[in-house]
Amino acid sequence: MNGVHDMGGMDGFGKVEPEPNEPMFHTEWEARVLAMVRAMGAAGAFNIDTSRFYREMLPPHVYLASSYYKKWFLGLEDMLVDKGFIGAEEVAAGHAVQPPRPLKHGKFALVDVERVMVRGKFGRPAPAAAKFKPGDRVRAKNIHPATHTRLPRYVRGHLGVVERDHGCHVFPDTAAMEAGENPQWLYTVVFDGAELWGPDADPTVKISIDAFEPYLEAA
Amino acid sequence: MSDHDHDHHHHHDHDHSELSETELRVRALETILTEKGYVDPAALDAIIQAYETRIGPHNGAQVVAKAWTDPAFRQALLDDASAAVSTLGHVSRVGDHLVAVENTPQRHNMVVCTLCSCYPWEMLGLPPVWYKAAPYRSRAVKDPRGVLADFGVSLPKETEIRVWDSTAETRFLVLPMRPEGTEGWSEKQLAELVTRDSMIGTGFPKTPGSPS
Repeated sequence: MNGVHDMGGMDGFGKVEPEPNEPMFHTEWEARVLAMVRAMGAAGAFNIDTSRFYREMLPPHVYLASSYYKKWFLGLEDMLVDKGFIGAEEVAAGHAVQPPRPLKHGKFALVDVERVMVRGKFGRPAPAAAKFKPGDRVRAKNIHPATHTRLPRYVRGHLGVVERDHGCHVFPDTAAMEAGENPQWLYTVVFDGAELWGPDADPTVKISIDAFEPYLEAA
Repeated sequence: MSDHDHDHHHHHDHDHSELSETELRVRALETILTEKGYVDPAALDAIIQAYETRIGPHNGAQVVAKAWTDPAFRQALLDDASAAVSTLGHVSRVGDHLVAVENTPQRHNMVVCTLCSCYPWEMLGLPPVWYKAAPYRSRAVKDPRGVLADFGVSLPKETEIRVWDSTAETRFLVLPMRPEGTEGWSEKQLAELVTRDSMIGTGFPKTPGSPS
């Protein structure tokens, strides 16, 4: 979706302001939110792509005005309500009033903690031969799906070169919609700064994205 | 979806009243998840403790220092970083598709996630606020030299800058250049020079004798 989360190339957000000696969490609730998202994801309530899509679906003014973990919290609450794991009346009451909906992997318990400390595996066997190889010229398709995609707007319609082939991976565009893993080839595609930003671009800059095969056409 | 128009938002995210309201809502959600039997709160505590104690840039620093001292490891890291890191038993376990990209005198690498916050957290810890915030995500791909200036970093004007936008589940770790004047240093000494930002590409390693 063409949301405010797709920020590459936008102007007006000001300087980057690193915080010296930044703590891992600024408040205790931030840590609880992170833990709840990890736990409910590991228990099978949702996949990582769906959780990203729910944060992207926050209204633009909410997205921009909320801290990082506030966005995580709002996305988590919406997602659990939509999927029927909690009810809106329970959120209002602050307590459970309905029986639980079964979780795919059961209750998240202490024995499951190790699982969330290693990132998931997203590589999958190839369902078909790769269409592209390193060195191929490709164009990022001019597509604007209203649902989740990992093709940022700033590269759409632009010419690039395939640099690396990462094998086949879960396709976020379908996984986010719970329409299957639908594995696709994944490539690092490099763009010249001037191709993306015009003739005034810094000539020393090159930008790459990791692009799933359905995002690309031969050029 | 719940209606966020009823949500009470201030321009200042650290506003005390909003924090209190958020804190209450977060506690309520944890209560609901616990009462419904979805999560054990002790397991949530354990997740937080694991993040706080096990991950952090010390993991990435060990990998970089080894690459600086062991040419075979450096090559293995550049060929398949997940596999290379997994051979170091003392470093945090790492998931699939970690990619190490090497800085050279000709090319400087910088990592961003314009769409969200993708970051090699097993190697570097949880990302800092600036990495997840709009100024960095918007400008890193369009004006990387301007972003580097915000960090007090400048590169020769002829140096190529390569920005890696982490748009999939691949994760990028920058292998910075080894500082001069460190000949004969041990891996442990070298690791102390490796900063988090030098592994994101928004900084350089410390140099011998610089204040720590």
